[in-house]
Amino acid sequence: MTAPAVARHAAVRKNRFTIGQAVRLAVLIVGLVLVLYPLAWVIGSSFKSDAEIASNISVLPTEFTASHYTAGWNSFDVSFTRFFINSTVIALLTVAANAISCLVAAYAFARLRFPMRGFWFAIMIGTLLLPGDVLIIPQYIVFNTLGWIDTPLLPLIVPKALATEAFFVFLMVQFMRGIPRDLDEAATIDGCSPYGVFWHVILPLSRPALVTTAIFSFIWTWNDFFTQLVYLNELEDYTVPIALRLFIDSTGQSSLGAMFAMSVLSLLPVFLFFVAFQRMLVEGINTSGLKG
Amino acid sequence: MALTTASAPVVPEQPGRRSPAAHKRRGSGGGRGRQGVAGYVFLSPWLLGLMGITAIPMLLSLYLSFTDYSVFSTWEDVQWIGLENYQEMFTGDPQFYRAVTVTLVYALVMVPLKLAAALAVALLLNRAWRGVGLFRGLFYLPSLLGGSVALALVWSALFAGDGAVNEFLAFFGITGQAWVNDPDYALGTLIILGIWQFGAPMVIFLAGLKQVPVELYEAASVDGASPWRQFWHVTMPMLSPVIFFNLVLETIRGFQGFTSAFVISNGTGGPVDSTLLYTLYLYKRGFAEFEMGYASALAWVFLLAIGVLTVVLFSTGRFWVHYADGEDR
Repeated sequence: MTAPAVARHAAVRKNRFTIGQAVRLAVLIVGLVLVLYPLAWVIGSSFKSDAEIASNISVLPTEFTASHYTAGWNSFDVSFTRFFINSTVIALLTVAANAISCLVAAYAFARLRFPMRGFWFAIMIGTLLLPGDVLIIPQYIVFNTLGWIDTPLLPLIVPKALATEAFFVFLMVQFMRGIPRDLDEAATIDGCSPYGVFWHVILPLSRPALVTTAIFSFIWTWNDFFTQLVYLNELEDYTVPIALRLFIDSTGQSSLGAMFAMSVLSLLPVFLFFVAFQRMLVEGINTSGLKG
Repeated sequence: MALTTASAPVVPEQPGRRSPAAHKRRGSGGGRGRQGVAGYVFLSPWLLGLMGITAIPMLLSLYLSFTDYSVFSTWEDVQWIGLENYQEMFTGDPQFYRAVTVTLVYALVMVPLKLAAALAVALLLNRAWRGVGLFRGLFYLPSLLGGSVALALVWSALFAGDGAVNEFLAFFGITGQAWVNDPDYALGTLIILGIWQFGAPMVIFLAGLKQVPVELYEAASVDGASPWRQFWHVTMPMLSPVIFFNLVLETIRGFQGFTSAFVISNGTGGPVDSTLLYTLYLYKRGFAEFEMGYASALAWVFLLAIGVLTVVLFSTGRFWVHYADGEDR
């Protein structure tokens, strides 16, 4: 739709506060309360006393205590300091490995002409639909055969360094198609090789796509459970999600407060990312159909 | 910009390249030659990943699905057992059928409700007013945090016998269940958790709604169409490609649910296998019971099922997905 049409449309609606709009707003607010309640409840509950936690549906604690945070932090033989460091290291390495390898592959697909390009591109799109769960067992066997299982960073990071997240390759291909080809041509005429074009034209101009990729690969890695569950077997290698899971093994009620406190902390990095990049995230999804 | 600092040396013309004319005909791209080599240089990490992380493991798992491989066996011990794993799956494994049923119920109930919620909220948010961005962001938040263990833990606490949900129901005089511990209701709590994360398809719907030309609504109102008729005759057809996109995406994702079921059932798929999603069953057989051969067979059946499902979705799409340019994409 054309820009003036949007403006006209918005202007017509703006100066009329009708009953319909009031109803709409009311429905939205009720919906938002429902949607946000579980999040608010877990945050509130993490500050409640043990007796109050499970059954109290109110968000605010009647008696405020932060003791669950200190107790939760040291619930296991290895403290959460270690788990947070592990998660951070894995997430940051994944972000870097993923962004670089996907950008390089996307440049080849989007800009370079080479034999069998169409064939490889079709394969890449095909792997987009391939469920990761199907591959986890044979990948485990391959990594096990290579002797990588005792160094869990390798099976977690190496696949990311080899652009196996086809989704991001596709995202970046789509983005690069929007960069004017004239720039490549000008650079080529100025004597740039394909490597020069990549370095001097595509890399600097791809910053928005790189940032989107970085944000999402950080969040997905931070929240990842399946692969980390498979490859992390020593307590000191555990990441935050795998450690959180220990709370359901240990006995229920008494550790509920600690579990909530650590759950809140585990959501915090993603939440902060969300606050910082909210606009970009929602727009990134708009254009690419990323999942949450 | 960086362009001005470009100082790459001019690469001398290489012998044996195609003539400049042929080069020109193919646009700036050129043919094989310099770009051909560079193409494969840039593609090499991806190719290595395709081979090592995707293709070889896939072939390996296809092979293993015909063997009795367990993690403990050395390669010499691996016995070729033909179709035994597949036979066992279809004739001697009630848990397999259980997992298939649970997964189908989960996906078939959750996906339509999730998309309906996403579309409803998107329609409500599809107007420009102050603060709409905040609403969009907040509705999206659960999707963002969605796959995390923390939320699954919160969910099991909310739906526990003495949890907040029952406390809320008691307010209306309703006596609740121990939802997550009751085989009749445990899957329901997972479905609600899935629906709750409707933010991702919602944002995609919002993008789709922006593409619907306002003129169509104007024309429809001039013709006297009620808002309800406008919704069915303008919005829905124009939005059908986006609905289709979300449907395919969410269905495939629905079939891959793992974390929430794993956490809520503590890795068992219980109570009484009521939350035994297919991927959870696959994990159990492969990594808890170490039957990698059998698990590989499970994985291949899963892969084929997703393939068939995608084909079915795409073929039904012909009948109801309307593309504005009249092209069948």
